[in-house]
Amino acid sequence: MQSSSPFFLSTQTRSAWGLILPSLALFLAVVIIPLIMTVMLSFHDWGQYKGIETVFILKNWYEIWSDSYFHEMFARTFRIAVIVTFITMALGAPEAYILNRMRAPWKGVFLLVILGPLLISVVARTLGWALLFGGKNGVVNMALMKIGVIDAPLPFMFTETGVVIALSHVMMPFMVLSIWAALQKLDPQIENAALSLGASQLTVMRRIIFPQIMPGLLSGGIIVFSLAASAFATPAIIGGRRLKVAATLAYDEFLNTLNWPLGAAVAVLLLVALVIIVVSSNALIERRYKAVFE
Amino acid sequence: MSKNGFISLLFHTLFVTFMLAPIIVVCLVAFTPEGYLSLPTNGFSLRWFEAIGRYPEFIRAFWVSIGLGALSSTIVLAFAVPAALGLARYQFRGRDAISALLLSPLMIPHVVLGIAFLRFFTQFGLSGTFAALLIAHIVVIFPFALRLTLSSATGMDRSIEQAAISLGARDWVVFRRVTLPLIMPGLISGWALAFIQSFDEVTMTVFLAAPGTETLPVRMFLYIQDNIDPLVTSVSASVIAITVLALIILDRMFGLEHVLTGHSDRTK
Repeated sequence: MQSSSPFFLSTQTRSAWGLILPSLALFLAVVIIPLIMTVMLSFHDWGQYKGIETVFILKNWYEIWSDSYFHEMFARTFRIAVIVTFITMALGAPEAYILNRMRAPWKGVFLLVILGPLLISVVARTLGWALLFGGKNGVVNMALMKIGVIDAPLPFMFTETGVVIALSHVMMPFMVLSIWAALQKLDPQIENAALSLGASQLTVMRRIIFPQIMPGLLSGGIIVFSLAASAFATPAIIGGRRLKVAATLAYDEFLNTLNWPLGAAVAVLLLVALVIIVVSSNALIERRYKAVFE
Repeated sequence: MSKNGFISLLFHTLFVTFMLAPIIVVCLVAFTPEGYLSLPTNGFSLRWFEAIGRYPEFIRAFWVSIGLGALSSTIVLAFAVPAALGLARYQFRGRDAISALLLSPLMIPHVVLGIAFLRFFTQFGLSGTFAALLIAHIVVIFPFALRLTLSSATGMDRSIEQAAISLGARDWVVFRRVTLPLIMPGLISGWALAFIQSFDEVTMTVFLAAPGTETLPVRMFLYIQDNIDPLVTSVSASVIAITVLALIILDRMFGLEHVLTGHSDRTK
């Protein structure tokens, strides 16, 4: 619907705004304003007895900057997110590829099995891992001991390893979905052409398949990283009360300690860090792939 | 296209086991006849499913979740459908910025949204109320409803609308009799996905819910924080059963991967 008449264009613009305005107003009122209020909250003062004082100080930000407890916590948060991202990439890419080569009924069935967990409550899924890990009778430990990999039960509950495994499971469907979407654009004839020209399976994988699913792999990586870095329920249940990540720490400050300003500062820092990481890696990927495809 | 070899199928089997293990273990433990957590070794029992009935907080939380999901995903369409039509049909300045804003709840961590909403609603004395939960849920499920309605609005054949207009149909009639039926598949799958997102949401809701307005995932989460026993596994197994049922219906109707990638049109 393009028109050169300026009058017609402005009528169009007006009706477009009319349709979008209700949503825009909603988002302005209950997304933008609350976010601004949260940023302001992070500069307020708090005391055990006086509660929140609406002044402008840098106390909370200085506390995060200077206290090694927060450094460790943020390092742990991003370390877990990075490891989870690599695990989902390493396992999700081959699985998406295998899935794509399957035939009619199985393809659909297993796609449902692998993507389905995305819609099952994350609390229920994490409970499953808690049951699998739990104590000496945990299923994982019993199975590992039975096949003789380990002699004594490994600690999974309340450890970073446990959080990483459970989070990888929670995030896996996002990665498979993203790579799956990239695979759908791939022309199987190119693979066949390479094979008929004498390329080995490995060469086809490295030179034909891999470069083409790279954008899907990277965009899946960005999604998984940002979701893993801000995950709440899984680290809270598997990590317990001591192994804190940014989201669970902010929750603690808000609902247990009641130090809202400090909790707000942690949350704002998490948001800012994620926005910077996601936006810059998006820009990097776009630039790189523009160069490749042009 | 070449077939999967032995190693591929072995990898696939291990992968599927990994994906299903925690879900299956919850369902198995839920049937334990014992009073403690164990895999049912001597017979299956429904005692822990019967026990749910004696815990009114779970029943109540279930109805809060259902009501919240149904209301929020219905109301969100009233916002998302016009917005999708506006974004799909018109080119105007700021269009990209607006669609980025409307999709932003996907990017903003839910813990940050939870804190922002708690701060905001406390200001107006609404914290812990159902109204606050409803508004918050409308915002977080908005992107899902928008993406699916947007993709069917973009793929729609405009000439049918123009035919209706040229035959003298008024705006409202065109919308109700032509546009709406054409975008209906996107609308229904958008509603369903929005409902499931609302039903599953825990991170943001845990900040806003108060006793009485706790949703089922929040109730389950708070329960697990204190202790894990067979009762919470039978509640989880019930939730899994309901979700799987919804999942199969959604897959039969629209194809799950289309719903999840935000394309409601099937191009098979």
